Amino acid sequence: MKEAGVKAWVPSLLRLALVVLLIAFVSNPGWFEPLLKPLTESNAPAIYNQGSLLTLTLLHLRTVLIATVAATTVAVALAILVTRPAGVEFLPLSRSLVNIGQTFPPVAVLALAVPAVGFGEKPTLIALFLYGLLPIFENALTGLTTLPANVVEAARGAGMTGWQRLVKVELPLSAPIILGGIRLSVVISLATATIGSTVAARTLGEVIIAGLLSNNLAFVLQGGLIVAALAVLIYDGLSAIERYTARRMGQETA
Amino acid sequence: MIEIEGITKRYDATTVVDDVSMVIEPRTIAVIVGTSGSGKTTLLRMINRLVEPTAGVIRLDGADNRSLPGYELRRSIGYAIQGHGLFPHRTVAQNIATVPVLLGWDAARIKRRVDELMTLYQLDPQAFGPRYPHELSGGQQQRVGVARALAAEPNVLLMDEPFGALDPIIRNKAQEDLLAIQKRFGTTIILVTHDMEEAVHMGDKIAVMDAGKLVQYAKPAEILAKPASAFVETLVGASEKPFRLLSLGRVRDAVETGTAEGEAIPGDASQRDALAELLWSGRPALPVKGADGKPLGRVTVDGLVKRAASPA
Ligand SMILES: Nc1ncnc2c1ncn2[C@@H]1O[C@H](COP(=O)(O)OP(=O)(O)OP(=O)(O)O)[C@@H](O)[C@H]1O
Ligand SMILES: [Mg+2]
Repeated sequence: MKEAGVKAWVPSLLRLALVVLLIAFVSNPGWFEPLLKPLTESNAPAIYNQGSLLTLTLLHLRTVLIATVAATTVAVALAILVTRPAGVEFLPLSRSLVNIGQTFPPVAVLALAVPAVGFGEKPTLIALFLYGLLPIFENALTGLTTLPANVVEAARGAGMTGWQRLVKVELPLSAPIILGGIRLSVVISLATATIGSTVAARTLGEVIIAGLLSNNLAFVLQGGLIVAALAVLIYDGLSAIERYTARRMGQETA
Repeated sequence: MIEIEGITKRYDATTVVDDVSMVIEPRTIAVIVGTSGSGKTTLLRMINRLVEPTAGVIRLDGADNRSLPGYELRRSIGYAIQGHGLFPHRTVAQNIATVPVLLGWDAARIKRRVDELMTLYQLDPQAFGPRYPHELSGGQQQRVGVARALAAEPNVLLMDEPFGALDPIIRNKAQEDLLAIQKRFGTTIILVTHDMEEAVHMGDKIAVMDAGKLVQYAKPAEILAKPASAFVETLVGASEKPFRLLSLGRVRDAVETGTAEGEAIPGDASQRDALAELLWSGRPALPVKGADGKPLGRVTVDGLVKRAASPA
C-alpha cells in the first residue's frame, strides 16, 4: 500500500523536475553552457545567441495555440454539422477535405501559402491548422456517433430540442474523446511548427535551423529538447484533463 | 384519454406495429404485455412521437399528438425509458430535475419536487442527490429513472419496464407508490412489462401484443377468464390462472357470515393471500377484520376455491 503510494508520486516528481528544468533553461540558458560546450567545435557559441530562447518558446507556443484553437473550432463545428440529420450528406465530403489537409505535407503547404500570404507566422498557421484538423475531426465524429443510444433517447424523451441535446448531453459526453483529438493535434503541431522557421516564422525551429546551417550540434539539441519537453508536458497535462473530464462524465477510466 | 387509431409502423418491409387501435380511459392504467420484439416499446414511443408512425392517428384528450412540436409534447408526457437511460454526467438530483428545468420552473420549486420524489423512492436527498448515476445500484438507478419521468407531474406517463431491476420488496413498494400517485393526481399511465403478476395487479386493462398486432385488450379478469387465443393463454400462464384471478379480488368481497378461530386477516388483503394463509395453516376458515379492526365474518377454503374456478 505504502509502496504504491510512493510509486504514484514518481511521475509527478519527474514532471515537476522537467518543468523546473525547462523554465530554468529558457530563462537562464547561460547556466547550462558548460553542459553543451563539449558539443561545439572551434569555440562556436554553445547557447543560441541570435534571440532570446524564452521569447522564441513563447512565440512557438502562441503559434501552436492559435492554430489549435482554429482547428478545434472548425473540426468540431464540422463534426457537429455532419452528425445532424440535415448534414449527413456532407459527411463524405468533409472527410475527404480533412484527409487532404492531413496528407498534404506541411512543407508543401508552406511553399504554396507564402506567395499568397507572405513570409512569417501566417503560412505556418495555415499549415498547422490544416495538419491539425484530422485528429480532432475524427475524434469528434467518433464521440458524437458512439453516444449511448438510450441516453440520447432519454434526452429526446424529456423534451430537449436538438440544440439542447447537443449542448447538454452530446458535447459533454463526447468531451473526453474530443480532448483526446486535441491532444494529438497539439503534439503534432508543436513538432511541426519548427519548420515554420523556414519561412521566417519565429518559432524554436529558428534555433534548430541556425544549428544546421552553422553545423552547431548544441543549437540543434537545445532547440529539439525544448520542443520535446514542451510536447511531453503538454501531452501529460492534457491527458490529465481528459481523465478528469471522463470521470466527470461518469465514464470509467483505466 | 389516449386514443390510438389504426397505428402502424413499418421499417422498410417489416411491420413492427400492425394496425393497432385502442383507447386508454383517463385516469386509468393500461398495461402492455407481449413477447420480446412484439412492438411494445415502438407503440409506446409513437405516443410521445419519439417514433413517427407510418400510418394512423394518436389523440391525447382529443387533440392530435402532432398538433404540438415534438419536444413540447414530450415535456408534457412523462417517459421512463427501458433501461433507465440516466444522464451519466449529471447528478441524481440534476437527472430528476431535467424536465422541470426545461419547463423553466424556479429553483426552489425544483428542489422541493426533487427532494419529495427522492424521499418517496427512499433515496435520501442529502446522500444521493449529489451522486452520479454510476455510483448507484441498478435498482436505485431505475428508481431515479422513474422519479425523473414523474418530476413535472405529467398527466400522461409512459413507462417501459420500469420495475424490471428491482427486488421483489422494493418492486412491490414501487408499484404501490405508483398506484397511489396515479390515484392522487389522476395520471393516465401506459406501462410495459414482462411480468404478468404486475400486469394483473396494476392494470385497469391489459393489452396483449404479438408480432406487432394487438391480440386482446380487456380487463384483467376477462383476459384471464376468456383469453382470445392460445397465445394469450400461454402468456398469462395457464397453470397460474386461478391464482391470478383470486389476486384480483379483495377478501372483503368473499366474506361469508360466521366465525372462525385464530388471527384475523384484513378485509383489503387479496383473496389469493387469504387462500395461501388457509392452505398453509391447514385451517378451513379464517376470521376477517375491517380496517377498524371490527370482525366482518370469515373466509373459507371452499368459498375461495369456487371463486378461483373458471367463470364460464
Ligand atoms: N429503428 C428500428 N429500425 C428497424 N427495426 C426496428 C427499429 N426499432 C425497433 N425495431 C424492430 O421492431 C421490433 C419491435 O421492437 P420493440 O422495441 O418495439 O419490441 P419490444 O416489444 O419492446 O421488445 P422488448 O420486450 O424486447 O423490449 C423488433 O423486432 C425490433 O428489432
Ligand atoms: Mg421494449
